[in-house]
Amino acid sequence: MTVPARSTPQSASDATTLSDLARMPDARGHFGPYGGRFVSETLSFALEDLETTYAELRDDPAFQAEFDRDLAQYVGRPSPLYHAERWSQALGGAQIWLKREDLNHTGAHKVNNTIGQALLARKTGKPRVIAETGAGQHGVATATVAARLGLECDVYMGATDVERQKLNVYRMRLLGARVIPVTSGTQTLKDAMNEALRDWVTNVDNTFYIIGTVAGPHPYPLLVRDFNAVVGREARRQSLEHIGQLPDALVACVGGGSNALGLFYPFVEDAGVAMYGVEAGGDGVDTGRHAAPLSSGAPRGVLHGNRTYLMSDEAGQVADTHSISAGLDYPGVGPEHALWKDAGRVNYVAANDDAVLEAFRELTHMEGIMPALESAHALAHARVLAPTMRPDQHIVVNLSGRGDKDIMTVARLDGIEF
Amino acid sequence: MNRIDQRFGELKQQGRRALIPFITAGDPAPDYTVGFMHALVEAGADVIELGVPFSDPMADGPVIQQACERALKAGTRLVDLFDMVAEFRRTDSVTPVVLMGYLNPVERIGYRAFAEQAAQAGVDGVLSVDMPPEEADELAPLLKQNNVAAIFLVAPTTSRERAETICASGDGYLYYVSLKGVTGSATLNADDVAEHLAPLRELTDLPLCVGFGIRDGATAANVARVADGVIVGSALVNRIADNTATPEAIPGELKQVLGDMRRAMDAPR
Repeated sequence: MTVPARSTPQSASDATTLSDLARMPDARGHFGPYGGRFVSETLSFALEDLETTYAELRDDPAFQAEFDRDLAQYVGRPSPLYHAERWSQALGGAQIWLKREDLNHTGAHKVNNTIGQALLARKTGKPRVIAETGAGQHGVATATVAARLGLECDVYMGATDVERQKLNVYRMRLLGARVIPVTSGTQTLKDAMNEALRDWVTNVDNTFYIIGTVAGPHPYPLLVRDFNAVVGREARRQSLEHIGQLPDALVACVGGGSNALGLFYPFVEDAGVAMYGVEAGGDGVDTGRHAAPLSSGAPRGVLHGNRTYLMSDEAGQVADTHSISAGLDYPGVGPEHALWKDAGRVNYVAANDDAVLEAFRELTHMEGIMPALESAHALAHARVLAPTMRPDQHIVVNLSGRGDKDIMTVARLDGIEF
Repeated sequence: MNRIDQRFGELKQQGRRALIPFITAGDPAPDYTVGFMHALVEAGADVIELGVPFSDPMADGPVIQQACERALKAGTRLVDLFDMVAEFRRTDSVTPVVLMGYLNPVERIGYRAFAEQAAQAGVDGVLSVDMPPEEADELAPLLKQNNVAAIFLVAPTTSRERAETICASGDGYLYYVSLKGVTGSATLNADDVAEHLAPLRELTDLPLCVGFGIRDGATAANVARVADGVIVGSALVNRIADNTATPEAIPGELKQVLGDMRRAMDAPR
């Protein structure tokens, strides 16, 4: 299908390169120099098993049909593509469209992936699932599918995040999951992932690890991307339907990067569609207090089973990160994003905490939609980008989650305690 | 000839098993490590595994996690380990030293520089927990060029097909992880270990050394009946942890724990 693309702020060039990008990863799970399977030997067989299981199911129409049915009937897909007319007008530039992943069951894009992985877990016959979580969205989405399938569920969460995301912690417990606070290291998402890996290496015979982002050892970056790509496929179809053309730009926040890959991947070969991945700028990338490996120029490294860009000091110790949003507070990023950065396909930028809060408040006031603080990073960049574009151009922003879980955080900043 | 091959050759002639202690370098502070290494040799160590402290030790239990934290707090870096090994080598030119840790510090230094500096310092082997043979095709040849052994793990969950690859890729010795879990988590079952080692014998002449779950002289002696070497980590690191306020007492503590194991392993059956 040929689709007219208009002039764009920045477009990727080489068509061969783009189709190469679309065919990643290679057979060993490498995205160019990134990705791979850097794990302790004990886990290798489980990952090989998962790879085989998924390779069989990936092209199995019955599996896909079951996945699609769950997304439609349980998650409530397709999610709308909403024209934020009032906000667009106020910004005085391009038209902004919001991909409403916040309207999914459980309130974020995360459930697309947990539905898919839960189907895999059931296929492997393992009675127990574990997950790591930062903001708690992936933990809630995992606890939800575990409840539905009657699986035992343990969720690892950094003690800092347990404190700042109390509501989601209680939600997970109501759903029947055990939430295990992690007190080692920086007590955030990366430490939760360390602890989940330690659990998995111990209980690998009866446990399926549901990783929540496009990182980790192969095949996780591949399958998490595939399960989230429904976001981009819908957005592409809806753009053609509502706008009559592909959007000029896509914007999504990037922590590990699952919602961004989900939106971007189906557009990767559309050279005319510019893409912006927005990392957590924290206090500012020049302050060192941020979680923006791609836009701050972090070196390559290996953590949690894959090679990627990774914030670390000169001795190779993983750096402390900072972000107002627990879900983006991670020193690495999915390996496919690392490759897309090198290829120049996506522009990676950062939004600072204060700009994020401003975007959070503005969207809430002007559109009556309260975004998750993670998603507000994407909105903060859209706010900067839109005025540089013409009113006949279009931006699709992934509104990856809703802000209910962040009300306490924002209230505290306003000096209100409940 | 690499010191590891030399040492296992001697042990084979003597009909003895290797005792391989692990400590985290820089725990509780970098100045103590070389003294601890000499104490371990005095107590009967045949090979020393020196842990490279890492911020995110995903395969380790709380004991070694905390050792990493203490070492990092004291400012220990991978390059400091090269200095420690070089200093150790001034008075001990025969005991093999293996660096054991995670890949990221090595990635940061760069593979070539790492292999060259390790060799120059007198390091004999490298075991990166999160680098299986499939991901070692860049680093392993560089280590080989520098006469440093690339040592790999084998686990109870390793398939025969994978074991073939690992045996073909490995140098020095094979590190058999005795149980599913993190370091320091449980006590191993020697019969179970024997069952898993048997097929490996058919695949390789490399010495088979067993780690994870070895707590005392009795478990060490049990493992020594079926393996070529016994690796002990958390039991030693625990002694360091308990004596951080009086570091001068630590060499004696290490000697006691390791000496018990040595005696139990060497006792006539």
